[in-house]
Amino acid sequence: MTPPSERPLTAMIDPAAGPPDCTAYEHNGGWQATRKALSSLAPAEIIDMVTRSKLRGRGGAGFGTGQKWSFVPKEPATDRRKYLIANADEMEPGTFKDRWLLEGNPLQLIEGMILAAYGVQARHGIVFLRGEYDLARTRLHRAIGEARQQGWLGENILGSGFSFDIHVHSSAGRYICGEETALLTALEGRRATPRSKPPFPQTGGLWGAPSVVNNVETLCNLPHIIANGPEWFAGLGLGEDGGTKIYGVSGRVAKPGAWELPIGTPLRQIIEEHAGGMRAGYRLRALLPGGASTAFLDADAIDVAMDYGSVEKAGSRLGTGMAIILDDRTCPIGMIRNLEHFFAQESCGWCTPCRDGLPWVERLLDAIEDGTGQEEDMDQLGRHARMLGAPGRTFCAHAPGAMAPLASGLKLFAADFAAHIQQGRCPQREGARP
Amino acid sequence: MLTVENPLPVPMRREILALAAQELHPRGAGVAALRLVQARFGWVSTTHLREVAVLLGMSADDLDGVATYFNLLFRRPVGRHVIMLCDSVSCWIMGREPLCAHLCRKLNIRPGETTADNAITLLPTVCIGHCDHAPAMLVDNTLHGDVDTTTLDHLIDTLRDTP
Ligand SMILES: Cc1cc2nc3c(=O)[nH]c(=O)nc-3n(C[C@H](O)[C@H](O)[C@H](O)COP(=O)(O)O)c2cc1C
Ligand code: SF4
Ligand code: FES
Repeated sequence: MTPPSERPLTAMIDPAAGPPDCTAYEHNGGWQATRKALSSLAPAEIIDMVTRSKLRGRGGAGFGTGQKWSFVPKEPATDRRKYLIANADEMEPGTFKDRWLLEGNPLQLIEGMILAAYGVQARHGIVFLRGEYDLARTRLHRAIGEARQQGWLGENILGSGFSFDIHVHSSAGRYICGEETALLTALEGRRATPRSKPPFPQTGGLWGAPSVVNNVETLCNLPHIIANGPEWFAGLGLGEDGGTKIYGVSGRVAKPGAWELPIGTPLRQIIEEHAGGMRAGYRLRALLPGGASTAFLDADAIDVAMDYGSVEKAGSRLGTGMAIILDDRTCPIGMIRNLEHFFAQESCGWCTPCRDGLPWVERLLDAIEDGTGQEEDMDQLGRHARMLGAPGRTFCAHAPGAMAPLASGLKLFAADFAAHIQQGRCPQREGARP
Repeated sequence: MLTVENPLPVPMRREILALAAQELHPRGAGVAALRLVQARFGWVSTTHLREVAVLLGMSADDLDGVATYFNLLFRRPVGRHVIMLCDSVSCWIMGREPLCAHLCRKLNIRPGETTADNAITLLPTVCIGHCDHAPAMLVDNTLHGDVDTTTLDHLIDTLRDTP
């Protein structure tokens, strides 16, 4: 038997050839995990294997996947409705990994969902797909149809007595729908506002039933954990986390893109080797390591290992693992202004600090960037960063996420803020607003 | 005639009822039903919104609350083609502002508006997950990356010629 791939998530992805069909998927090792699970593993064993694999959620928050499932009530699915939901909303600016997985190998996600559903004994699966992902929708529908036809989905899968099917919900574009409780509200056909916890989704989720929400990349790891064992998976990581991670880089690098690498790969290796370093004429100034809602890291931090603990120690978050590069010819104030425009626009408006605070931040940044900012504006920005940045003051993590680039930017780019205010203009026109 | 002021065609009403029947509660099909209407008519008129609300057993205002929440549901008419230019961070860094200015000049509209010949509506959109090919945009659901003024000009000419 060939040894399992060191890049399991993307081994079968070939953009030129398109996604594998059921036969090709099986030929390359697909469905092994489902056969194994349904014939010889108890649901509790699945949860235990995933816990031992050290897999942490790839949607941004990084919660231990096995641990999260362990909160789901244990009665079998026939007793009560339970839901397993794939979070394919992916609207965090700078993040484009789930799209790659969905378009490249939808059967891998389907198999991951079957395994997760078997682990928590859910009968109903839903892919919450962002509305703009047209190609992903087409391919996912085709893959689900094929899997159903071949008996991998539906009643009594492989004669095991376990039944599970998947429905695709196409959303209509709203960042907050990616927040797991807002996602449930959206599925219930309401304005997608987050819910207070408890109850946690695992006990009181969609229509009040136990529900598990997992990111696409998280779920895609499961077939490999079950087929090759948790120890193998844990061993793929370079540090304390298990598995590989899809890392990406965008901005002025030579070759922007995404790559599957061992989790814990140093940022320098990702940027210099895989992304080809900076474009000629540009220098790395700072970066957001894991998408728009993470804190800036200075160029000095480039040797940080990209795992949850190390990035946190460096003062930011691994987030989605998709780095956005700030180069030396782009105005950092303009970049922060762009980020806060996004967060202000995408606030769901449920709680006042976020609904009113974020547009205020945006206006202050507008003024500073346009050269009409005042010294006092800096105090206001600092106060917002402190008040909105602390968790627990708002219903969900949208506002703290929005404040991460601002709070870190206020420190890192203090001189740029001061120059804008003193000179009454952006000293660095290129890359800024024309 | 099939217009936004006439009732929904019967097969579409049936399709919406079938969507609702798949859900635990009919309102769970709200977004899917509105998307169906929009795919056919280009946008969701108040006449159609009211009809869908009745089919789902919701009040029209309740459903409108959902419809107006989402970036991709249009409650006002749009042109024959919709260009959605990403305005999020990676595209901003890679020059989406000058590109947007170019588009506005060329089409003689501002973002949010439709050209006089009703051919093209220009809307901003948040990150569409194509940041490695920034600046990126969607044109009627089709993804375009590494967009520059030359490809843009060419695209607009083609769009103007296609119904
Ligand atoms: C404002 C906001 C937006 C989010 N968007 C997404 C998203 O698009 N996709 C995603 O997987 N998780 C998103 N999350 C995180 C989810 O709430 C949740 O933690 C995640 O889906 C859980 O899956 P995981 O444990 O597999 O990471 C978002 C969180 C917040 C606060
Ligand atoms: S923090 Fe913002 S996005 Fe989250 S619930 Fe409050 S208003 Fe909505
Ligand atoms: S920032 Fe434009 S596609 Fe992601």
